Amino acid sequence: MRRSWFITAVLVLLLTSCTGGTRESDDGTVTLRFQSLAWQEESVEVNKELVKEWNATHPDVKVEYVQGSWDSVHDQLLTSFEGGEAPDIIHDASDDLADFAYGGYLADLTDLLPERLKADIPQHSWETATFGDGIYGVPFLQEPRVLIANATWLKESGVRIPTPDRPWSWPEFRRITDALSGDGKYGVAWPLKEPVSATLNLSLSAGGQLFHRDADGKVTIRFEAGDQVVPRTIHDQANTDRSASPTTLGSGGSDTLPGFFGGRYAMVPLGFSYRQQIVQQAPKGFDWQVLPAPAGPGGLAQGVSPQTLSIAEDSPHQQEAARFIDFLLRPQNMVRLALGDWMLPTGTQALKDPALHTAEHDWATGTALAGHLRPAPAQSVRGYPEWKDKVATPAFQEYYSGAIGLGELRERLEEDGDLVLARYQR
Amino acid sequence: MRTSRTGRAGQYLALLAYLLFLAFPFLWLVSTAFKPPRELGSLHPTWIPKDPTLANFRQAFDEQPLLHAALNSLVAALGAALIAVLLATPMAYVMARRRTPLARAATGWVVVSQAFPLVLLIIPLFLVLKNLRLINSVPGLVMVYVVWALPFALWMLVGYVRAVPAELEEAAAVDGAGRLRTLVSVTAPLLAPGIVATALFAFVTAWNEFFFALVLLKTPEKQTLPVVLTHFIGAEGVADLGPLAAAAFLATLPSLVVFAVIQRRITGGMLAGAVKS
Repeated sequence: MRRSWFITAVLVLLLTSCTGGTRESDDGTVTLRFQSLAWQEESVEVNKELVKEWNATHPDVKVEYVQGSWDSVHDQLLTSFEGGEAPDIIHDASDDLADFAYGGYLADLTDLLPERLKADIPQHSWETATFGDGIYGVPFLQEPRVLIANATWLKESGVRIPTPDRPWSWPEFRRITDALSGDGKYGVAWPLKEPVSATLNLSLSAGGQLFHRDADGKVTIRFEAGDQVVPRTIHDQANTDRSASPTTLGSGGSDTLPGFFGGRYAMVPLGFSYRQQIVQQAPKGFDWQVLPAPAGPGGLAQGVSPQTLSIAEDSPHQQEAARFIDFLLRPQNMVRLALGDWMLPTGTQALKDPALHTAEHDWATGTALAGHLRPAPAQSVRGYPEWKDKVATPAFQEYYSGAIGLGELRERLEEDGDLVLARYQR
Repeated sequence: MRTSRTGRAGQYLALLAYLLFLAFPFLWLVSTAFKPPRELGSLHPTWIPKDPTLANFRQAFDEQPLLHAALNSLVAALGAALIAVLLATPMAYVMARRRTPLARAATGWVVVSQAFPLVLLIIPLFLVLKNLRLINSVPGLVMVYVVWALPFALWMLVGYVRAVPAELEEAAAVDGAGRLRTLVSVTAPLLAPGIVATALFAFVTAWNEFFFALVLLKTPEKQTLPVVLTHFIGAEGVADLGPLAAAAFLATLPSLVVFAVIQRRITGGMLAGAVKS
């Protein structure tokens, strides 16, 4: 008797799970699915609030909030597109869009977006989501890499505190980390689990370019003087001066925080949004501050891959989806999204908001860097993911650990790299 | 041969060390789940939270539909376990009792099928399920889990069936029992521990499975627990550690409870399959 009850229960559960939600409506109401990758408590809350506000004022176009995950977004979207189950509005990052844009999965937004939104976001931000002749995402949030510093330690050491107007140069940064180090303590802890994007993005400040496009549009790699400044600084800090912790070179950003809070590292180069974790986790009384990353001939320039909102090519309601994106990215809403994610908005109007210019949590320092952010150099290069995984990541890791020298690093990046890129450019 | 007192103490010590080694990740998970953010960022973490909190659990439930995802996982895992056992038991019986070349070939094929890597299967599986309109459905996922668990379940059960002496069935036949009566009254009770162990294997495999669920389920109302757990991980692998640990701790509980409840039966089942009588 009990066995048959058990089997019946399982079958009922299976059958009930077959019935799912539907997007059809008898009264003509359009339902859009918005897949958000917001993951921090405040950010999820803001996104849900905005969806609620939209639904309250747009009874004819209902938006459903769908939770996605940064951890698996590429695979999940790819199979969603293939299976015809993609959400209408897609949250992602500009460096993940190339495959989807060239694959015809995303709608070209050029004629869908209103002029207000197009004019509000600077051209260099639009470039991050432009592939071929089309725009396949609206870049809306971005973050510079900054130095999060132990303010007390820096103050006591007497070093000059850099500002966005007077940043440290790369050689000055190296001298200062050297001066701060000793007795098992380090001036800096570089979390370089993903060494390629960090190195390439920061290298823009030193005039690095690495990828050179010729007249035919073919890309070749040249590891020139400007490209070498940042890698050499990190290498020398870790291997010559011993002013950078060797143990964090393979770590993620969060892994460096306990050592930072524990007074082992004076500075940690991290994304601007890490401030949220620091506010949550820092011991009471721990005084920290945000400093701009060092500058070079390229000024404070650095590469970024902004978060984007796209529309699925298969969506039957692209106009409505574009209207929702326009609503979501109105200046005041963009500010709410930025504050929720502890990042910077791309919109020029949103960037003027007083909330982003306060000294609290050093918002003002980050906002002052917004104008220097440029598209990540590798973003539009076909074959970049393979070059990064197979060539650049191991080469940089070996260089930073001291296993190979600058000559071999250059050789591998250029020669092995060009072989990889050539396959994508035939 | 008697083991000396020192030798026995050494054995217990080694066993204790092994148990701690096995339990370490789980104990750390439990500890993390009850820690406030400031303790998570400490350079000198403690086993016992200094200021234990349930805030991580509250946040995990507030942010993600954990209960709904757990229900989906439960449906998928129970469905997979039940169907896998229903299919595997008669097949295993035939393969164990009829020692024909076909049965031997089938056993070999079962072993070979275990060697196929997951990524090799996912694309054809996806296309097949797409044609059957079973993408983004829990029954579709159950089907995949059954197929995935079946070879190993079959292999396990063949061992258990072989451990049941055929002479018992012959004795029942001599006493006048028909084939069905023999199977129900003699073989099935002896095989029960093996069936339970196999079902448990299929259940735990399906409960913990991530990759198929990620690829095959598209909408949040269908997602299973392992997929929902990834929502606590942000860009560049930054994790919301407290809520993630709290949710992961809750996700391990069903497996622990199932193991605890039927532990004796599993042990019996494993022993039954271990040696030939």
